[in-house]
Amino acid sequence: MPLETSPRAGNIRELPEITVASDTRDYLAHAAKQALKYDDYELIVDMDAHLQEGGFWGEIIGLLENDVLKQTAEEMMRGRGGMPLINMQPGMSFQSMSGRVPHQSGPQEKTDDPAISGHRFVQIVRRTMDAMGCDYQVIFPTSMLHLGMNPMEDIEIYLARAYCRWLSEVIMPQDKRIIGLAYLPFNTPDECEKLVKQYADNPQIVGFTVCAVRHKPVHSNQYMRLYRMIEETGKPLIFHAGPHWDDPSFSQLNRFISMHALSFVHYNLIHMTNWVINALPERFPKLKTVWVESGLAWIPFLMQRLDHEVMMRQNEAPGLKRLPSEYMKEMFYSSQPMERNNLELLQATFKAINAETQLLYSSDWPHWDFDPPSSITTLPFLGDQAKRNILGLNAAKVFNLPVKRLRPRAADFLAQEAERHR
Amino acid sequence: MPDVSVGKASDFADPGRKVVDISGTEIGVFRLGDDFFAYHNICPHLDGPACQGKILPCATEDVQPDGTSMGRVFSKTQMNIICPWHGYEFDIRTGKHPTDGRARLRPVNVSVRDGEVYVNVPAR
Repeated sequence: MPLETSPRAGNIRELPEITVASDTRDYLAHAAKQALKYDDYELIVDMDAHLQEGGFWGEIIGLLENDVLKQTAEEMMRGRGGMPLINMQPGMSFQSMSGRVPHQSGPQEKTDDPAISGHRFVQIVRRTMDAMGCDYQVIFPTSMLHLGMNPMEDIEIYLARAYCRWLSEVIMPQDKRIIGLAYLPFNTPDECEKLVKQYADNPQIVGFTVCAVRHKPVHSNQYMRLYRMIEETGKPLIFHAGPHWDDPSFSQLNRFISMHALSFVHYNLIHMTNWVINALPERFPKLKTVWVESGLAWIPFLMQRLDHEVMMRQNEAPGLKRLPSEYMKEMFYSSQPMERNNLELLQATFKAINAETQLLYSSDWPHWDFDPPSSITTLPFLGDQAKRNILGLNAAKVFNLPVKRLRPRAADFLAQEAERHR
Repeated sequence: MPDVSVGKASDFADPGRKVVDISGTEIGVFRLGDDFFAYHNICPHLDGPACQGKILPCATEDVQPDGTSMGRVFSKTQMNIICPWHGYEFDIRTGKHPTDGRARLRPVNVSVRDGEVYVNVPAR
């Protein structure tokens, strides 16, 4: 609706409420303005963005290679919709904060004709990358983050295979800026190995991920052949944390915020502790590991804790030739959700983890606690080269990506947006 | 910049708002009863479009005199505007975050004259 304006007011435009149906480009309009400030950076890689599987579940189910599970899932979708085979409790999904953060419940925005503009998910990812000024996004699943707790192990295996196929055969061929990871059904090591073999040479599958919500000790001998295979590919092994309210300890927590704050960190703490105390970095010295979506504050905590105890109990960690923190300083970490409330502590954390070379920017978009690239560029204690490294150059090394600009100029994107709203 | 009209007061819902982009300056104008408030559409957290989010009453904890909690209830008096990027909430009357008032929206002068709502757009 046009507004009455003073003759000297210049251009005036009403901005609508942001809802779950808002176009990603409108949602991220402020991020697009922020992108002007880092437009000269060589490369921006968002190493953790998410597929919201709900809108595409029928397509993934359609690729299940098990007839019984496929028929079961299709029948369940016909009857009730939702996401059959996924072991989440729909009534306990508080991520969107009761609608306060609507993008968490999407995507419900309109997209263009897929015959002209590509798959709907591809269109939405492009909008996100262009608005935030990213050259690449590494895609992770969302609901499948819990799959490691599914008591039916065959479901994890077949969904892992279907997801990998959907990503590599349907989505990624449409845009080289969309890259992803093979989901490893970690409850079944043999099946993980098959997937590593299958995707080792796929250039858009840039690594292998273990969704970390699970009760499987990562140092178990059954995984050693898998780690060796991944090490030989040169691609990283990535532990992605997640929430899980059903974990017995967490059932004491009465609010989502409490469970969320602890759960993501909890799983990475356990897996990292097993990884280090059992000296896996000594056994697989060339295997790159990336620890994703637990923020950063947990890392110096664990470094101090393990260093302290290892000096007293060397006989329980005899494979270590250095302090735990020294191994941890050589691993890689994703930045989100970065705890920024105390910048002195954050600066100390950056120093402890060698952030300039080991930290990879991640947005976690479209989740409720996402970080835009400005979460890095506005850090007052960080130098220009460190910002460039964290925003893209470190990821280029980890994922073997060319340092070549693929994103549009920020000013061009803003001009397109102005035209779209004219 | 002179005062700029953002519409008739009677066009605003109660509670309600309009967010406008005036030559590149984004301002959210809110109505609560007979009162109007205006803020820059920039969240102090990470610059999200704070004024374009949901308007909801502030959630409070119903604590009894003996210290027991009866759970959460919506405030009868405080309405918040909620940034859609991350859920930061701000009291529409003060612009302050309910937990830490140091996080606050930047106010803009707003006035109502002859049934018309005006904001004074600061120089950029």
